Amino acid sequence: MIAPIEYILLTYLVIAAVAICAARNLLASIIIFTSFSVVVSVLWILLSSPDLAITEAAVGTGISSILFFVVLKRIRVMEEEHRQQEKQS
Amino acid sequence: MSSPRKIPAPYYRAKTPHIIGWTECRGEQAFCRLYNIIAVLACVVLVGILLATVAFLPAFGEPGNPVGNEVPARYIEQGVQETGATNVVAGMILDYRAFDTFGEVNVLLAAACAVLILLSGHPPDAFDTLLREMEEPRHDIILQKTALLLVPMIMLFGIYVVMGGHLGPGGGFSGGAIIGASLILYASTYGTRKARRFFTLSTYENVVTLCLAFYGLAKGYVFFTGANALDSHIPLGTPGNLLSSGLILPLNVAVGLMVASTMYVFFVLFSKGSDAVDVE
Repeated sequence: MIAPIEYILLTYLVIAAVAICAARNLLASIIIFTSFSVVVSVLWILLSSPDLAITEAAVGTGISSILFFVVLKRIRVMEEEHRQQEKQS
Repeated sequence: MSSPRKIPAPYYRAKTPHIIGWTECRGEQAFCRLYNIIAVLACVVLVGILLATVAFLPAFGEPGNPVGNEVPARYIEQGVQETGATNVVAGMILDYRAFDTFGEVNVLLAAACAVLILLSGHPPDAFDTLLREMEEPRHDIILQKTALLLVPMIMLFGIYVVMGGHLGPGGGFSGGAIIGASLILYASTYGTRKARRFFTLSTYENVVTLCLAFYGLAKGYVFFTGANALDSHIPLGTPGNLLSSGLILPLNVAVGLMVASTMYVFFVLFSKGSDAVDVE
């Protein structure tokens, strides 16, 4: 049987998955993606697999969102340099 | 490359006013329209195929499902006696199915090789120095004091998760990711110059080579003999003790070291440019 809290979390997952694609701002997309991972790791605990929950919390929430943030910052640096080059020429 | 690299303008901003032919005007529009139509069609067909497949799957959690055969029963009933690990999952992924985990670790190595090929190897240029100036930590006293408290605790928790992988939930991948997160916090707070004193690219190469060689030597034989053919003659110890369950603890430590250093190198290469992990 599925507990009521699992219904809430699964509904949130669907909403978050649509919101990740629909968000215009990349930073907002990454933050929603991080919250998606947090909810998935809570769901792993509810499905009684704490091994997966720890891995999801560490890799999905921590490392992958850090890498996304870093790449986003790198893209903004590239755009800024491109704008400076256009201004000079 | 001696001259600084130029970042090419995105293709949608490219202006070519001197050549306006059919390919630029109509051809591109027709191609874009066709591309959109084909993309939507491909998505709809794929969704249809997947949903049709889901309808044929057996119901979730039924006892008569194909996964409920004798293999998981054997793992659950005799796992503790045969592997010595009270965490049955660790016994499965690092003893019975250790070659699967070996493949996963090699996937990590392949990803690290690709990142190293793409993001390192060329001498630092104007783009890298610009990146470095924007990325240097600003000596934020609150951030540094908080990190001073948090980094040892996060690292200790990661070591606990790695070492207790055969006793409870945890293991090399998750613990290694936690240790890697603490290293990333340290490097982003104090800058990579301080982190370079104990961790350079050659350290990373040594760690990865040693861990993979140890794993391959310890579990590579199962590719030829099957998982249960050879006995390792390492005493399994009492299940529940820290020093028990044979090779699972050293394999966890090897995987954890490799995951932690790979996460840190990924972060440094992505954020600080090419030469931030190199020796000065």
